[in-house]
Amino acid sequence: MTQIVAKTGNEAMAEAMRQINPDVVAAYPITPATEIVMIFSQFVADGLVDTEFVAVESEHSAMSATLAASAAGARAMTGTSSQGLCLMYEMLPIVSALRLPIVMPEVNRAISGPINIHCDHSDTMAARDFGWIHIFSENTQEAYDNMLQAVRIAEHPDVKLPAMVTTDGFIISHCLEKIEIQDDATVKDFVGKFVPSTNLLDLNNPVTIGALDLQNFYFEHKRQVAEAMKKAKPVILEIGKEFGKKFGREYGFFEKYRLDDAEFAVVCLGSTAGSAKAVVDDLRDKGKKAGLLKIRVFRPFPEEEIAQALQNIKAVAVIDRSDGFAATGGPVFSEVRSALYDKKKKPVVVDYIAGLGGREITLAHIQEIFSETEKIASGQSPKEYVQYKGVR
Amino acid sequence: MSEAKSASGGANEPGWKELPQGDILKAATALEFETGDWRTKRPVKDDKLCINCLFCYIYCPDSAVKVKDGKFDGIDYRYCKGCGICENVCPVKPVKAVRMEKDK
Repeated sequence: MTQIVAKTGNEAMAEAMRQINPDVVAAYPITPATEIVMIFSQFVADGLVDTEFVAVESEHSAMSATLAASAAGARAMTGTSSQGLCLMYEMLPIVSALRLPIVMPEVNRAISGPINIHCDHSDTMAARDFGWIHIFSENTQEAYDNMLQAVRIAEHPDVKLPAMVTTDGFIISHCLEKIEIQDDATVKDFVGKFVPSTNLLDLNNPVTIGALDLQNFYFEHKRQVAEAMKKAKPVILEIGKEFGKKFGREYGFFEKYRLDDAEFAVVCLGSTAGSAKAVVDDLRDKGKKAGLLKIRVFRPFPEEEIAQALQNIKAVAVIDRSDGFAATGGPVFSEVRSALYDKKKKPVVVDYIAGLGGREITLAHIQEIFSETEKIASGQSPKEYVQYKGVR
Repeated sequence: MSEAKSASGGANEPGWKELPQGDILKAATALEFETGDWRTKRPVKDDKLCINCLFCYIYCPDSAVKVKDGKFDGIDYRYCKGCGICENVCPVKPVKAVRMEKDK
């Protein structure tokens, strides 16, 4: 049975965690993700879940304890944001190398410095090369839906990789929205029982986990992670379809919004897509062929699928909510542009770095980006390939 | 395990498709790693002086001190890396009952 409720992004993610009912949650509070584990710890105190909650003294310990619990055969989760994720960095690639399917809600927040608690994607973008699956959410509904699917994707025998599900700090995490929540039994049935492939507590089959892995084996183990990330692609689609059949909302790698016949388009992730859709509708009403591609899955990066979706468009503007400080634009821009390189027909691709540290990406900004991109589509050369939008 | 062989990628070792997933091995692999070849000095037990206090057994970081029937029963040189802790903790005076000598 479906229930319509009003929830913030954090409440929805905590609700998803209650329904997933993990064996272990180890967490440390950090704005704006604090509420997720705070609400969840209340569920533990109220006896609504069977979870062992470990209140640790830092995110380094949170991820260490979650990793260890997962290695011991538990369905283990944690949650964090920004500096908390930074403090976990040391463990993140160990989790993927050990093939532990930890699922972690991550509320996107700018990383220090200067210190800032508001939204941008610099925290998870800096963690994009650690063998974790990255799923972005546009709104509260997607945050809830993505959490449930992430468990299935991460734990799939072809994948066995950790996954982080992100929301935009404050914009999604703290805003109340109307969403559909499924009943506990249906979610329990969808998520299924966790069958661990590693169990440190199985005394009849003792194992060594995390042994020194030098020149003769490290490379092979990393090659396995690379392959698992490739194999995650069909699994993500399969589970997105199954979710659609069961709950009425199907998911893929990305969402195409009025894109198929578009002449110019924007590519973005997270909450910005909601504003971009409003601008697309407005432009379409005026007879302009504008479109949007909203990336949902950033790792694995759906290179070929994105290239196919964009190749016939004349000009594409990527909105990067983080700067890689590469002197060549943001991370989404370089990957989207690289995806198109082998296509004979391809759009001009430009980058707008915007919204750092919670700076608002307004409808006016997005209108400007579309209007500048429309000019490129009609044959003008871009003034600059990488620009900053909304900076003084 | 020679370092040169392992760095070149060990052509006879299993590839990534054959290897078990992740860095997960059977237990107690330290038994196969004989740290004795690190040694430059070796501890030698003096049977006449040893009082079988077994301090060396407790402190040895490689479990290389053998014990039989509650008594010090010699050193397992496959694992003893010659750190000298046994000599250091030996309480027998004025001459220690375990002494580091030049390795043969």
